[in-house]
Amino acid sequence: MSKNIDQFNIVLAGVGGQGLITLGSIIAHAARMDGHNVRMSELHGLSQRLGSVAMQLRFGKKAYSPLVTRNSADLVIGLEAIEASRTTYFSDPKKTVYLINEFTIYSPTFVGRKVPTAKQSLNLVKKFSKRAILVDATERMRKELGFDIFAGIYLVSRAVQDGILPITQESLLKAIRLVVPKRLDLNIKAFKLGQDSKN
Amino acid sequence: MDLEKLLYQPEGTKTLLLGNAALVRGAIEAGVQFISTYPGTPASEVGDIFNLLHKKHSKEYYFEYSTNEKVAMEAGIGASFSNMRTLVCMKHFGLNVASDALLPFVYTGSKGPTVVIVSDDPSCYSSGQTEENTRAFAKLANIPILEPSDPQECKDYIKLGFEISEQFEIPVIIRITTRVAHQTSNVKYDKIEKSKKKIGFKKDYNKFVTMPPRVLAMHDEVLEKIESIRKVSEKSKINRIEGKDGKFGIVTSGVSYLYVKEALEYFKLDIPIFKIGFFNPLATQKLRNFILRLNKVLVVEELDPYLEDSINILAKTVNPKLEVFGKDLLPSTRELNPELVIKALADVTGKSYKFVEKSDKTIVKRAPSLCAGCPYWSVFGAVKEATKGRDIIWGGGIGCYMLASFTPHNIQDYLLCMGSSVGIAHGIKKANKKQKVISFMGDSTFFHAGMPELANVVHNQSDPLIILMDNRITAMTGQQPYPGMESPGTKMIKIEKVVKALGVEHVKVIDPVKDYQELINTVKEYLKHKTVSVIIVRYPCQRI
Repeated sequence: MSKNIDQFNIVLAGVGGQGLITLGSIIAHAARMDGHNVRMSELHGLSQRLGSVAMQLRFGKKAYSPLVTRNSADLVIGLEAIEASRTTYFSDPKKTVYLINEFTIYSPTFVGRKVPTAKQSLNLVKKFSKRAILVDATERMRKELGFDIFAGIYLVSRAVQDGILPITQESLLKAIRLVVPKRLDLNIKAFKLGQDSKN
Repeated sequence: MDLEKLLYQPEGTKTLLLGNAALVRGAIEAGVQFISTYPGTPASEVGDIFNLLHKKHSKEYYFEYSTNEKVAMEAGIGASFSNMRTLVCMKHFGLNVASDALLPFVYTGSKGPTVVIVSDDPSCYSSGQTEENTRAFAKLANIPILEPSDPQECKDYIKLGFEISEQFEIPVIIRITTRVAHQTSNVKYDKIEKSKKKIGFKKDYNKFVTMPPRVLAMHDEVLEKIESIRKVSEKSKINRIEGKDGKFGIVTSGVSYLYVKEALEYFKLDIPIFKIGFFNPLATQKLRNFILRLNKVLVVEELDPYLEDSINILAKTVNPKLEVFGKDLLPSTRELNPELVIKALADVTGKSYKFVEKSDKTIVKRAPSLCAGCPYWSVFGAVKEATKGRDIIWGGGIGCYMLASFTPHNIQDYLLCMGSSVGIAHGIKKANKKQKVISFMGDSTFFHAGMPELANVVHNQSDPLIILMDNRITAMTGQQPYPGMESPGTKMIKIEKVVKALGVEHVKVIDPVKDYQELINTVKEYLKHKTVSVIIVRYPCQRI
């Protein structure tokens, strides 16, 4: 893995409660273990409770700010489809890759409004990205492990496997052990399922 | 993650830390002995981490969640007067509450070195009140203020804060913002020091009593102290100049510094930057020398233009032709970000940038909402059912019940601050007796601000209906204990006993989930009373 990355910019989008902070922490630690300088910005508190969350994570020699600059995301991981489509502010049609969980979380504020399907959200971001991929992560985790919460690890593992997230699998696994030691067996299973998945 | 293990790694360890966790490590390295706080985002994790650590480290330090920020400050002052190394922590609004104690504490000065962490929240990500700028306390309180921009500086500056406080016997504020408190990056640890000073209160009338005329002499002494500390600020490494010499320079502080670095990288520019760590007292001579050589200066700071104003004043004497840019190019409200600084830099230098307008604003909005299984669903449902067709004024305060504002509840007609639901209800009732007011108040808020407000309502006789939301925890800020619940090493105070003791005649405790119908009936019945009534709805938060 090259340590000569100037900047790699990630936006993690989802709904408060989906484990975004933990997931961000795993990626951040993995990047640090690979020898990168890391900066991450997270948000806590009431407005995040079942609300829109966009975590920002950057690594590389020239990653100074904790916030991703507009139109400079390399990778957007969407744990929820509508929230993924809300992050096009950060995307660049020439380089941004979207990895989107085919999963929608409804909100009381959606009542009486048109709610896009995951495919519609995917089509929306396609215009603004180099590549956009829809993955049935939640469905898969429910089937294989019985819990939604592992969708995040599955997606990240898959991003590493596909080469769209430049961190090593060794560091990712080490970071999972460090950050989520409590349900380690299931987290490692989610990691391995991500590793085995094909494009 | 095992936070205890992470925070007690030896000197030289390099790890990733959240800004708030780095503040904790810094305080531990400085040998902190007493910590008091009231939770508030984005400062909550400092207290929460100490709450996690203190039982194992009770020989090193004492920790408590106090009932409010003023109480936390006073407890801290008592510890400082007793020669303990003291830390008090709160969010910006908390400082308003605590300022009554803090301002005279600056006069008396600290004995044991004392640091106050205050976390601002530009863009109000977790603050429905005002978009406050704690830097204003530099002028109001004459208190030294240090402004870190990242976790490493959080750790280093808090130690420096303790050093300054020890040397000059004055409390020091570490002022951070959301993007510093909740920023994660690399931190390198230093040695953990232990204080060997004797602890205990030693009488010293001249130092601890602000009775006039002594208070006026104290005021003189504070100004003298600030001028002495300015000499430290002038020489301090945390006020540093970097970058290549040139005629256009930047002055910045806090997280804005990181956005400046990012923006300069965007344009591949190398120009002089004055990075301010000491917001108060400013290194005015060093700043004069910096601007002396410039034609243009851009001041990059969030919210009010305090640094810009200072630069304008300094420029008048040393470089009257200097062009000072700042709030003419950058906003005075909301947080900054790299792209705003890129635009400002482009405006000054004539360089070009390109951002593509492509956010889709038609996507359905998602407001935060109550958790599944939250007892407030039942409470809001029952009060709405009981008041169907009636014109009710709904009083709001700070807590998860702020979500009454959103769909599907929509029962919030005013919201200002901790306890505002009841305090303001009294005035509304005095203005027009006929209007019915129902005020929501949380259990932790009741002990924070609610008790004097309830006493006022009883004593001065008005009749709002108060729904006390007792979910057995301080929920919104992340599950902290409060006086109404049992937790190890504390004594529980029963809310209903306090309410009755304050003279409220109509009081009922109801389980809003199990006894939903009874809650509806009681709301209907209590709205008829001509004196204040209190319904305590008790059901635990689903996150406990």
